[in-house]
Amino acid sequence: MSSKTARRRRPAAGYAAIAGGLVVVGTLYGVLSGGGASAAAPSQASSTATAQGKSLFEESCSSCHGLDAQGTSQAPSLIGAGAAAVDFQMSTGRMPAKEMGAEEPEKPTDFTQAQIYEIAGYIASLGGGPAIPDSSQVSSNGADTALGEQLFSTNCAQCHGFAGAGGALTYGKSAPPLTNATPTEIYEAMLTGPEAMPVFGDGTITPAEKRDIIAYVVDTRNEANPGGFSLGRTGTVTEGLVAWLGGLGFLVLIALWLTARRRSTHRVESEHQS
Amino acid sequence: MSDEPLTPAEPDEPEELRTPQRVVGTPSPTPPAVDAQTAEVSPAEQAAQNFEPEDKAHAKRAERLVAALFILAFLSGCGFIAAYVGLEIGPSIPAGANNVIAVLRSNLALGTSLAVALLALGTGSMIWVRHLTPDIEIKEERHDLRSTDEDRREFQRTFAEGAAISQMTKRPLLRRTMLIATAPLALAPLFLLRDLGPLPGTSLRHTVWRKGLRAVVYGSNRPLRPADISTPGSMITVIPEGYQDDADALAKAGVILIKFEPGQLQVPTVIGGPNNTLINTMNWTVDNIVAYSKICTHVGCPVALYEQTTHHILCPCHQSTFDAAHGANVIFGPAARALPQLPLGTDDDGYLVALSDFTQPVGPSFWERG
Repeated sequence: MSSKTARRRRPAAGYAAIAGGLVVVGTLYGVLSGGGASAAAPSQASSTATAQGKSLFEESCSSCHGLDAQGTSQAPSLIGAGAAAVDFQMSTGRMPAKEMGAEEPEKPTDFTQAQIYEIAGYIASLGGGPAIPDSSQVSSNGADTALGEQLFSTNCAQCHGFAGAGGALTYGKSAPPLTNATPTEIYEAMLTGPEAMPVFGDGTITPAEKRDIIAYVVDTRNEANPGGFSLGRTGTVTEGLVAWLGGLGFLVLIALWLTARRRSTHRVESEHQS
Repeated sequence: MSDEPLTPAEPDEPEELRTPQRVVGTPSPTPPAVDAQTAEVSPAEQAAQNFEPEDKAHAKRAERLVAALFILAFLSGCGFIAAYVGLEIGPSIPAGANNVIAVLRSNLALGTSLAVALLALGTGSMIWVRHLTPDIEIKEERHDLRSTDEDRREFQRTFAEGAAISQMTKRPLLRRTMLIATAPLALAPLFLLRDLGPLPGTSLRHTVWRKGLRAVVYGSNRPLRPADISTPGSMITVIPEGYQDDADALAKAGVILIKFEPGQLQVPTVIGGPNNTLINTMNWTVDNIVAYSKICTHVGCPVALYEQTTHHILCPCHQSTFDAAHGANVIFGPAARALPQLPLGTDDDGYLVALSDFTQPVGPSFWERG
């Protein structure tokens, strides 16, 4: 252990660790975005997979959520939380949490998609809950993007912004940007309401309408920015700030230049003048 | 700036006295005869005429730079015209082209070319002034603002003379009727301003919600049963059924439905019924589903940043924060009042309906709200 720590202290090792981490993230991203449903979705989890999931759960999750996922004083019960919640929380790296907090940041996950499905299958076997959507449920093919836009701007945009760039909540919390979220993650988030986000169940936003919303979020990423620059697509506050600081700063610099004392090339003595 | 020949001013002038070609934008040179004998040449003018830059190479460089900037301004100006004529937007874009992108290109080309043209012109002018013109201090005396006594007397005399000629003082009937004639015209704007739109009446106190009107999801316009919002922590924006295209009505009638765990919701008993009776507003909820106005009581932004963990509703405009579990009371920010609660019930088909309109005005305060 001590030799490992010593190696980590060397700067080259730090870069290597970062590079390694990037490779891991890239690979995971490729796995997640390229074939979200390529790993067998746990529609009917076999008993061995469930047993596998239970042992993974006991290793990585039970210290907070309890040995039988019944919840503790530190973390909520997961009975009835559903496979979709497990998949969302673990594939975005929010769980297992690094530390307790009002909200958990997104981070690279250490689990393979297959392992996540096994844990999800185990949690689903405890008490049902929303299932992981399959690829046809999150596909944008034939979706009504206009209705998706209307539903998004009414129910989602107040936190995530009209272009899904994210935004601030109360007491330092924030709604994450949707710019890198996969369709499956968006679907699962609506279904399960992770952290501060409210639940948008199938009774209020039907599965078809969820597809419409996903289509809007995904389509918006490729929209042109009529202003020339996106400025993070966070809206009028950034635009105003840039206009004021950038524009006004430029004008101040020009004013300084205009009024600066010029380099004197020739000066007529004042007594020459009447 | 190019030099332009000017047609000779005096055809009968002797050839040798003809003035040199005039530079555009400058006054025609004074005839040399007058110049030599009578006109006084100021020291500043003299200095300007005799000016020789100390560093001639520097002056030459500055001159070339200014000329280059002016040519750049010329080209950008031509570019602006070309962009305006060449880059189509709106219905005239080619079939299949994206109008947003067309507008983007047009805006970018017009803005860039105009900005470059004006900036190059201005920068060139500044360099001209700072590096090429002689640095001469010029004194210009200011005159008194007050006219001379002589002018004032003359004006008074002319005024009195005019008054006498017009018979204004001698014919009071004409003077008075003329004043009366102008009075209504002077008062007319008061009446025009008064009629700038109808008075709001009681419309600020009411919304289109009424007893039995179903709440439908905005967008899909689907009515909801309590079972459709079964998961605690759910939230959805609803509007009164049939008003999805009435923007005036929707501006005040937007409502958010929030579902709570049993026992979490503690909306207060309020005074607000007919004759100021006490109302238990828990009776206005259905299966722990509560309906609040979506219009912030501060300045009327749509307020729906609901956090299911804290039950806070945050307004994105000025950070007013309401506690949804306790009657949407204000817990932070500039809003002065809780979000009004819509009395919620179910109809015979089991759909969520309003039991009445809001019992207090929604949205920002107004003058007579009290």
